Amino acid sequence: MDKMQCTCGHVNPPGTVLCESCGRSLTEVEQNKKLVDMRYEGTARRSQTYNKSIIDKIWNFFSSVKVGVSIIVALLVSAAVGTILPQEQYVAVPVRSDAALEAYYSDVYGSIGKVYYFLGFNDLYNSFWFIALVGMLAISLIVASLDRFVPLYRSLKNQRVLRHSSFMNKQRIYAEGSAAPDSMEKAEAKLKELKYKVSTDKNGLLAEKGRFSRWGPYVNHIGLIIFLFGVMLRMMPGFYVDETLWIREGETRAIPEAPGYTLENKGFDVETYTGENEEAKFGEALDRVGTVVKNYQTDVVLYKKPEDALPGETNLETVKEYPIRVNQPLKFDGYAVYQMDFKKDELKTMTFALTNKATSESLGNMTIDLINPEKEYTFDDGSVVKLLGYYPDFSGFENGEPQTKTPLPNNPGFLIEMKTPETPNGETSFITIQNTVEPFGDNDYKLAFQSVETRDVSGLTVRKDRTLPILGLGGLIFMIGVAQGMYFNHRRFWIQQTADGEIMLAGHTNKNWFGLKKDLDQVKEYAALPAYTDQQEEIEKLEKEEAELTS
Amino acid sequence: MSLSDISANLLYVAFFSYLIATFVFGGAVKGNKEGSFKSEGKWGTIAFVITLFGFLTHLGYFFTRWGATGHAPLSNMFEFTTAFGMTLVGGFIVIYFLYKTPVIGMIVLPVALLIIAFASMFPSEVSPLIPALQSSWLAIHVSTVVIAEGILATSAAAGLVYLLKVVDMNKKSKQRFWLEAIMYSLVLVLGFVIVSSYFTATGYEAEFTYVDVKGENAAITYNMPAIFGMNEYTQLTKNTFTPFIETAAVVNASKLTTVAWSLLVGSVLYALIRLIARKRIAALLKPFVKNVNLQLMDEIGYRAIIIGFPVFTLGALIFAMIWAQIAWSRFWGWDPKEVWALVTWLFYAAYLHLRLGKGWQGEKSAWLGVIGFAIIMFNLIAVNLIIAGLHSYA
Repeated sequence: MDKMQCTCGHVNPPGTVLCESCGRSLTEVEQNKKLVDMRYEGTARRSQTYNKSIIDKIWNFFSSVKVGVSIIVALLVSAAVGTILPQEQYVAVPVRSDAALEAYYSDVYGSIGKVYYFLGFNDLYNSFWFIALVGMLAISLIVASLDRFVPLYRSLKNQRVLRHSSFMNKQRIYAEGSAAPDSMEKAEAKLKELKYKVSTDKNGLLAEKGRFSRWGPYVNHIGLIIFLFGVMLRMMPGFYVDETLWIREGETRAIPEAPGYTLENKGFDVETYTGENEEAKFGEALDRVGTVVKNYQTDVVLYKKPEDALPGETNLETVKEYPIRVNQPLKFDGYAVYQMDFKKDELKTMTFALTNKATSESLGNMTIDLINPEKEYTFDDGSVVKLLGYYPDFSGFENGEPQTKTPLPNNPGFLIEMKTPETPNGETSFITIQNTVEPFGDNDYKLAFQSVETRDVSGLTVRKDRTLPILGLGGLIFMIGVAQGMYFNHRRFWIQQTADGEIMLAGHTNKNWFGLKKDLDQVKEYAALPAYTDQQEEIEKLEKEEAELTS
Repeated sequence: MSLSDISANLLYVAFFSYLIATFVFGGAVKGNKEGSFKSEGKWGTIAFVITLFGFLTHLGYFFTRWGATGHAPLSNMFEFTTAFGMTLVGGFIVIYFLYKTPVIGMIVLPVALLIIAFASMFPSEVSPLIPALQSSWLAIHVSTVVIAEGILATSAAAGLVYLLKVVDMNKKSKQRFWLEAIMYSLVLVLGFVIVSSYFTATGYEAEFTYVDVKGENAAITYNMPAIFGMNEYTQLTKNTFTPFIETAAVVNASKLTTVAWSLLVGSVLYALIRLIARKRIAALLKPFVKNVNLQLMDEIGYRAIIIGFPVFTLGALIFAMIWAQIAWSRFWGWDPKEVWALVTWLFYAAYLHLRLGKGWQGEKSAWLGVIGFAIIMFNLIAVNLIIAGLHSYA
């Protein structure tokens, strides 16, 4: 396609409808219209100009409002369907596998659950097609914005003061008639008073206000794109850390993915509302629902390896002591540690007495640390108990071998050998809670259970999210763009006066015509300009009358 | 009288003020013969003053309750829904200042009454905050959301007035069906209020044990005669209603029973109205909207959305994400409530694109405004009560 030269001499890009400079209609269709279409200032939008190559077709697809809205609606509907049944991340299955999840959905929700799983709604928001839809939305945001912004920007930059009369008299607000010779100066003064930027050229003026509001939609789309970019960036290594840290009371552990940092758990506590004293007002509610938790808290000390530490050095610097509570994460060096979970009363130690079965006489006590058990326990009289095997979470025998389900001391089992002066050859016994097996016949001695010690375990989440500032920026820009586009409007007046005193006036705004007319009324009164008409209202009135006549 | 008693009484005063104002607005609208809404007339002003008084007592309820509980009263179903009723009226008051439209009051106030009545069906005693809610973001996030929803609902009210005027009630059409469906669903809410109030007043209680989803034994108390029974239930309370149908473990038959009773009573009520009036409810309201300026209603519906949409974005997405990052360690987790906030936001984004890009004004725009309100109500009622998640309050 060729560039389009207007009679005024300005060269317009191919596909232009109204000359960027003088505003003449360049197409026949436009010339025959009663009012010019000012949506994008009659500029050449790529999507309206080219439709040949495959790239043109893709561009035109994504620049269409209809397609954009369809993508929004598709996202909206599928997101909503994803809430009908719980997402798999919120489903409790003993072992996380596809088969277990599939079975869960069909067992619990029947055939609906089966279909739901089959269609991938169980993990909708990570599914390929949902992410693809979001991607299409992002492309649409970019393409549709560029398609409109670039020509609009060019046109508003190139616009000149003096417009062709065919442009003026096809504006919605239009006036013509004679006026006093000083009308132009007065109008200019009044428009400046109303905060319009006025530029003049020969016998005409252009008054403009709030052009920046035209960029509002593009600014808010940029905000959204930055936000989506931030979300995408989390997949890059180093930008995002999400780790779980289980830490027992009294333990010190390295913080995963935070090199050099360790955390000590000084103590964990769950507090519930008592309904007494200041909480008396909650009495009625507490009676109805039972206990309500007031606070989950882990008191921690954060340590750091000194910068100049030699390899193997174990000295640690204390960074800070902090009570981690829900809503009050521990923050350091871009990381945050959250109180997320807990386990009350995990077994810490078990104490047994080496006892003669016949006489019930005890040779003394031994205490097994259930996290770091010792290999041997020696008694004052020389007796020794050897720990041959330790099964912290005993789950039964397989091929005669005791098994442990997890490394956590939920159900400890001990395979021991007891040697006393009386039984120097040793006796073997397998002990679990409230159960003792003696695999090689009756023993003379036993380990009699005495007591346990327990402690709490805190479930903490370690996070680092370096994309947050980007997401924040995106959100901020979006809000600015929305305010810019919605609460301001772009108003323009063109006024020309010929030598014989005839005035021609046109007005345009992208929205709020009421406000534009209010401005014009003031200018008209002050500068004694001819009366104006709202040509669109005239047209609508005529159409209505015609419709009434024909019916 | 304690602070929480004062608070409760102020809410009663607000409720009855709105009730009176509804009728006065109705009278003002019917009496407005000239058909111009700039000339609101004496009765419009009186109704507005009553509404304003009700709104002030409603605000009084809100802040005295804040004092009594020690936290922003936005933490459970009763508190949030009551506040939603308040912001809805607040939205109308702003619109009235700008446009002097009593007819919007005639629609907004009864809806606000229904919402407050619905709210009071939930436990209203002063309740303590769980750790996740102990944050100043409770006040910031939830109040912004509730204000945004109040403003957006005003748009739906304008849309409804528009539809009541333009939809021909004498000719069979999809529009006529759906408009009446809106009226019917409002009557259903009234049905819920009536049936809950009745069984609460009579103190109905029936205890059952049942087997839950995990296959464990559990107990439940019905406050209405059980139409639906829980999975493998055993009836413990004598002389109570035996359920008609036993449901699967995944269904909460107690909630289903409440829904069934509401449907039943609401439908009977609706049938009675139809029998007595011999007209559809939408047709009954027709005379009130005879003189409505359609262009003005369209303008109000749009204005409310361009104000409400940014506020909603701020409250329901931005503030929500900030708080979620602090409390739950992630700014977004696809929790059902989060998803429905996104759905609501996407819906209004689509509205704006259709209106500004495709020229959807007038009736189409009005329908969208009403659908937006339906989405907000779904998020409030169904997502809290049926789809469980982190935001479940009741």
